[in-house]
Amino acid sequence: MSLDTSKIADTNRGTPATAKKPNKAGAVAGWADDRLSLGTLTKAFARKVFPDHWSFMLGEIALWSFVVLLLTGVFLTFWFVPSMSESTYQGSYTQLRGVQMSDAYASTLHISFDVRGGLLVRQMHHWAAMLFIAAMFVHMMRTFVTGAFRKPRELNWIVGSLLLLLGILEGFAGYSLPDDLLSGTGMRIADGLIKATPVVGTYMSFFLFGGEFPGDVIIPRLYILHVLLIPGLLLALIGAHMLLLVFHKHTQWPGPGRTEKNVVGYPMLPVYAAKAGGFFFMVFGVTALMGALLSINPIWKYGPYDPSKVTAGSQPDWYMGIAEGLLRIMPNWETHIWGITISWNVMIPGQILPFVLFGMIIGWPFLEAWVTGDKREHHLLQRPRNAPTRTAFLAAMVTVYGLLWAAGGNDILATHFHWSLNSITYFMRAAVFILPAIVFYITRRWCIGLQRADNDRLLHGYETGIIMRSPEGAYSERHLPISEERAYTLTARQRDEVHELHPAVDENGVAAPGSRSDQIRARLSQAMFGDNVQKPTAQELEEARHHAEHTHELEAGLAHPASGHEFDDHNLRDAEDVPLRSH
Amino acid sequence: MTENLPETTDGHHAGPVTVEEPIPNPGLPTHQWRPTDVDPKAEKRAERQVAALFGLAALGAIGFLVSYFVFEIGDQHQTDTIGNLGASNLMLGLCLAVLLLGMGAGLIQWARKLMADHEIVEMRHPAASSPEDREAAVAILQTGLEESGLGRRPLIRNSLLAAGGLLGLLPIVMLRDLGPLPGDKLYHTIWDMNTWTPAQQAWWATQHRTLQRVVRDVVGTPIKATDLEVGDLVNCEPEIHFATSPDGQPLMEGTALMQSKAKAAVILNRMLPGDIVSAQTQNWSVDGIVCYSKICTHVGCPISLNERTTHHLLCPCHQSTFDLADSGKVLFGPAARPLPQLDITVDDEGYLVARHDFDEPVGPSFWERG
Repeated sequence: MSLDTSKIADTNRGTPATAKKPNKAGAVAGWADDRLSLGTLTKAFARKVFPDHWSFMLGEIALWSFVVLLLTGVFLTFWFVPSMSESTYQGSYTQLRGVQMSDAYASTLHISFDVRGGLLVRQMHHWAAMLFIAAMFVHMMRTFVTGAFRKPRELNWIVGSLLLLLGILEGFAGYSLPDDLLSGTGMRIADGLIKATPVVGTYMSFFLFGGEFPGDVIIPRLYILHVLLIPGLLLALIGAHMLLLVFHKHTQWPGPGRTEKNVVGYPMLPVYAAKAGGFFFMVFGVTALMGALLSINPIWKYGPYDPSKVTAGSQPDWYMGIAEGLLRIMPNWETHIWGITISWNVMIPGQILPFVLFGMIIGWPFLEAWVTGDKREHHLLQRPRNAPTRTAFLAAMVTVYGLLWAAGGNDILATHFHWSLNSITYFMRAAVFILPAIVFYITRRWCIGLQRADNDRLLHGYETGIIMRSPEGAYSERHLPISEERAYTLTARQRDEVHELHPAVDENGVAAPGSRSDQIRARLSQAMFGDNVQKPTAQELEEARHHAEHTHELEAGLAHPASGHEFDDHNLRDAEDVPLRSH
Repeated sequence: MTENLPETTDGHHAGPVTVEEPIPNPGLPTHQWRPTDVDPKAEKRAERQVAALFGLAALGAIGFLVSYFVFEIGDQHQTDTIGNLGASNLMLGLCLAVLLLGMGAGLIQWARKLMADHEIVEMRHPAASSPEDREAAVAILQTGLEESGLGRRPLIRNSLLAAGGLLGLLPIVMLRDLGPLPGDKLYHTIWDMNTWTPAQQAWWATQHRTLQRVVRDVVGTPIKATDLEVGDLVNCEPEIHFATSPDGQPLMEGTALMQSKAKAAVILNRMLPGDIVSAQTQNWSVDGIVCYSKICTHVGCPISLNERTTHHLLCPCHQSTFDLADSGKVLFGPAARPLPQLDITVDDEGYLVARHDFDEPVGPSFWERG
């Protein structure tokens, strides 16, 4: 390689020492680099490695749908009028002409019927919002179930959780803006929830609505929250989320050559940039497709908000479903004492339980870290089966979520399936406690069963489907060893250590400090990890190999011993003359 | 390479992180060439595919522009449609989808088939700063602390904290004017004529009646007992909602009307007088016609699902069920309190009127409600 002389000063007299300008683009880049040190940044980040796996795409869906939300949202703000001043509708939609309605509702009708592409963008915005929150949920579940939240990523776990909470709040504020009958009913329920707050509930309600519900300020206030405050917070947190991702480098699945100390994948430029950029257009395109084909929130069918009207079968956006379900199945407890009213029936499902459920999920990583006492960094992901208790916990939480969601639509279930509404409600009251416990137990045993199956595969090989008959007439299925790469991947995980209880008293009979919490820790550790199946040791693997070789020797005397590869594609894969991958 | 190993920051687990490996790491598998890497024909084909996708995207953009100007928008029933769908929305959306999906698929196909697919290995570094950096950082902070004298001068520190705390208090205080104090607003509705404005009272003086009528919502017509069949449910409002000034302008509109409706909306239901269970319901009814607040005592949804044969009323939001024959007692669901009943009778002309306001606050519970 010849020496690069372009950076060497070509003069030491009256002009500054700069590199020769090769071309226009280079000149611009040079100008910018002189001021921004772009070269160093590019060198550091342009070939940054991102590991590849389909599940890493889930967070990307959330990110890109947020970008779609920003783009479509800006378009909508050009026409939306966040005001509750009333006027008589005179627009294109004939069925509402002459009806008294707020400017917010009228301008939403205007966007839907009198702005070309307005309805499309409105529907894309709403679909993207649903996608944004759904993708965050699934991404969070992926992170949870693979243990990607472990050190050093706990803070990013918190940031992500806040993003989900803010996203839900943002969605609620957004769909309340058109001031239609459905969203107004949602605001009315929100007002009821706020009024149930102990001591200050009435004041909070009057301050929020600028007087008695519905007042004339809630739409403009929600609007500024929806277009400025919450998106600003979301942007800042997304920035922090991505910065931490870059700083920690992405987690990866274990496999040949992939360790805790490295990260293996495609470089940012060009492959990852093209794939991720392409994926942005895919997400954008899918929302366009949905906006074109699937009607969402047809507010002209609901009519303007009127606090004395309601539609049967009112349903909020899907992510509010569990709050709705909690409200519906809660028993009607209310305490009247010393001249005050405590509305347990509203407070518990509306203000306490959603946050308790969410807190359990957010808190789990910290419980797990405390129980294991593990202070190491973890960059290799765990398969869900290798953390049976954690996986079972998530499955139980998903069950609670699903049940509450169904409970939020108990009227729809009742009318569609001709079930008794009361029976569904009574069933749900019990089911939210019983079914998650059953699901937890089954999932945990299932994971442990899968761990055993993995060990069988390591020790005895895979089932070939060849049935061997020995000279004595005994039948057995022939097993063959799995590939070295596959075997390595299966064993690339850490052994779980069950925390041993320190003696409660030391040798002098003095109670050891912290023994109480230590006892809890030991018990939890036993419960969480005691039943897990650990990977075989080198010695066990060696013994299993000897055993297999012995069987082979016995079979060597047969006239036509089956290789065992008759029904798989090993011959094809091992062949030298097939160098290409299939895709 | 040991300098790249993540280190522990705690004494519990000494030594670098290693996955105990009963099977040695076989290392990265050798790179396998794709058909597009070795076969010029396959490469050309992939190139054409990518270009075709981008070409399709361009066609989508043109289609979008054409659709924008060609198709009429407006009321669904009078504008261009394709099938049941508005043509403009459908075609704009489909063309935009073709444009975006074409670009996306093209980019991804390009990356997968034609860009180099060699995997790269990068080393990780522990997130923690090095012990030297930590020490240096602590020393710097210590120096800062000493040079500022923050620790030695508690007077300055405490007065600063006091000022800062008070500064934080100001924005909270400034939120006070977000809304008026509740006062007794939640305890009265417009059924109570004492809450009326002078304009409303002036209007009432022209009516020469003593009790306010219960009128149908939307149209505002008064109701006679004979207008209702047994089992009928009628959505009603106080007549003041429909009052007009001499020049035909409504006395109540906009926010004031909304706020009033949110509390004063009622339902009338007629049942067989013999079905009525409680004495109060009996006393406050007219020929088996009862009047209740329409606002659910749970979280305030308007209730109007009438079970015609059972005189039960169901809230469509959370399914609280109330017994209209028995003082609005809760039969089922999350609502804790009975539906407030309005005391009705008939006036000289035989129209249903309210004797007085509800005798308790309507709608959702609140702390100081009692």
